[in-house]
Amino acid sequence: MTTSAEPFVLNIGPQHPSTHGVFRLRVVMDGEIIRDLDMIVGYLHRSMEKLAEERTYTQNIPFTDRADYLAAMTGNLGLAIAVERMTGVEAPDRAEYLRVIFAELQRIASHAMANGTLISDAGAWQTPLLYMFREREKILDLFEMTCGARLTTNYMRIGGVSFEPPAEFWPALQELMDEMPERTDEYASLLLDNEIFLARTRNVGIITPEDAINGSLSGPALRGSGVPWDLRKAEPYCVYDRFDFDVPVGTVGDVYDRFMVRMEEVKQSVRIIKQAVEQIPPGPHKNDIPLALRPEPGEIYSRVESPRGEIGFYLVSDGTPAPYRFHLRSPALINLTLLRELGVGSSLPDAVVTLGSIDIVLGEIDR
Amino acid sequence: MVAQALGAALPGVVTASNDEWVEVAPDRVEDALRWLHDSDQFDAAQLSNLTAVDRYDRFEVVYHLQSLDLNHQIALKAIVTDHEDPVLPSAYPVYKGALLQEREVFDLMGIRFANHPDLRRILLWEGFPGHPLRKDWMGMVGGHTSGLRGFPFENKEAPDRIMNAGNLVEHGESLSAQTRRNVEGAQPGQGH
Repeated sequence: MTTSAEPFVLNIGPQHPSTHGVFRLRVVMDGEIIRDLDMIVGYLHRSMEKLAEERTYTQNIPFTDRADYLAAMTGNLGLAIAVERMTGVEAPDRAEYLRVIFAELQRIASHAMANGTLISDAGAWQTPLLYMFREREKILDLFEMTCGARLTTNYMRIGGVSFEPPAEFWPALQELMDEMPERTDEYASLLLDNEIFLARTRNVGIITPEDAINGSLSGPALRGSGVPWDLRKAEPYCVYDRFDFDVPVGTVGDVYDRFMVRMEEVKQSVRIIKQAVEQIPPGPHKNDIPLALRPEPGEIYSRVESPRGEIGFYLVSDGTPAPYRFHLRSPALINLTLLRELGVGSSLPDAVVTLGSIDIVLGEIDR
Repeated sequence: MVAQALGAALPGVVTASNDEWVEVAPDRVEDALRWLHDSDQFDAAQLSNLTAVDRYDRFEVVYHLQSLDLNHQIALKAIVTDHEDPVLPSAYPVYKGALLQEREVFDLMGIRFANHPDLRRILLWEGFPGHPLRKDWMGMVGGHTSGLRGFPFENKEAPDRIMNAGNLVEHGESLSAQTRRNVEGAQPGQGH
């Protein structure tokens, strides 16, 4: 017996657990198959770029916390580095190492969140997510003991970092780094032999390397397609050129590869942090800078590798203490460029895990 | 170097250049992007960033192109002088990555991109009055212009006063020492 049905419109979100925030999908379904897909964003739009034009460069650092709120440290770092390159202010050596340590801790926390929610989307409801949260909690505790905040850290400063970590930070960090290999092996043993997980993620949402490059993808979404592009290697900032680490890439470009790239990156981040802890020199954690910085009229486009990809800051100065134009290049928004192409023709459950594997943060998409 | 090669290959495209960027004629943007994308010498495979700046009488649309193989960056600028109804060719036929970035520029800056397949507002809703990142946006009433002329907490007599000098509390203890003491007194895992 055959049945036929008219195509119908299905609305998902903005309040829906599998959209990872206030993200709305409007899909036209023909039975199980998606015929058209439209994404609707902007529910969290706070007009940061306009507000930034009324604030000094230092006052704008907290905005970067609230853009990518799952990776506040790398957002802070991106803006601090952009202004430093613009004004010629330098950070002390110890601050550069602290920046690397905190940016990599943030990467581990963010990837744990990304992979945990992806597993949740794939049907392993809640338990694996809470395994991932176990390490994330310890990292957020480290943030809290250093700068007082867990999510909106506001830690990086133009010319250094805001606080020196307290004495008990270092043993706690060491303990976490020592147990991380065991933890990542535990995830692998729980998930990677699981037939359901493999069926849901393998050969789903395939992005070819050509499409990934042409569609301006960056971060794990680009590397999952086999393109070894990482700004930490390509244009090393802070002191990344002093560490030995690899850039993991995928082979097929499917959801599974993007998941595995994040798993491998966690291991690489642990490697970087261990080297940084060994090499970190004593000294001040912050250089003195004028209360209101007035960069020379000009512009800069400066970017760093956030857990989601290339977070860029395009700043235009007119010589006043506030930027004339402040643009945040949002990797989470731009990684969604190919979502419609990937979604149309697939089934709805596949589109949901594809969206999960791109790892969006709505605070950064909407800004 | 980019300006010379681009000007030689496509006469009339380059209108100005300096060390940092190449200015191209607004109606030839797509040609310039396609040539740089296809060129072996520059290999601009990825449109890394696309945004716009309002200069009151004109708009600057900025393209940051990235070569992944050669690891270099090229900045292109197109100056649109019509401030009332700015129109520019879309970069989408060359770079799919322009899809959402051009929608964002259209939404917040009001620049239309010809040949864009799906030019709608993205962050604001249909019917929103005006384009807020424009410097003369209607929200700025009462003669207030955007920007910050002086920092309110700055001491006019000592404009070079450094940031850390004011970071002291009355009994001479720095804020970071205070934080450290608070942290030492706290039990691990507190503050959830």
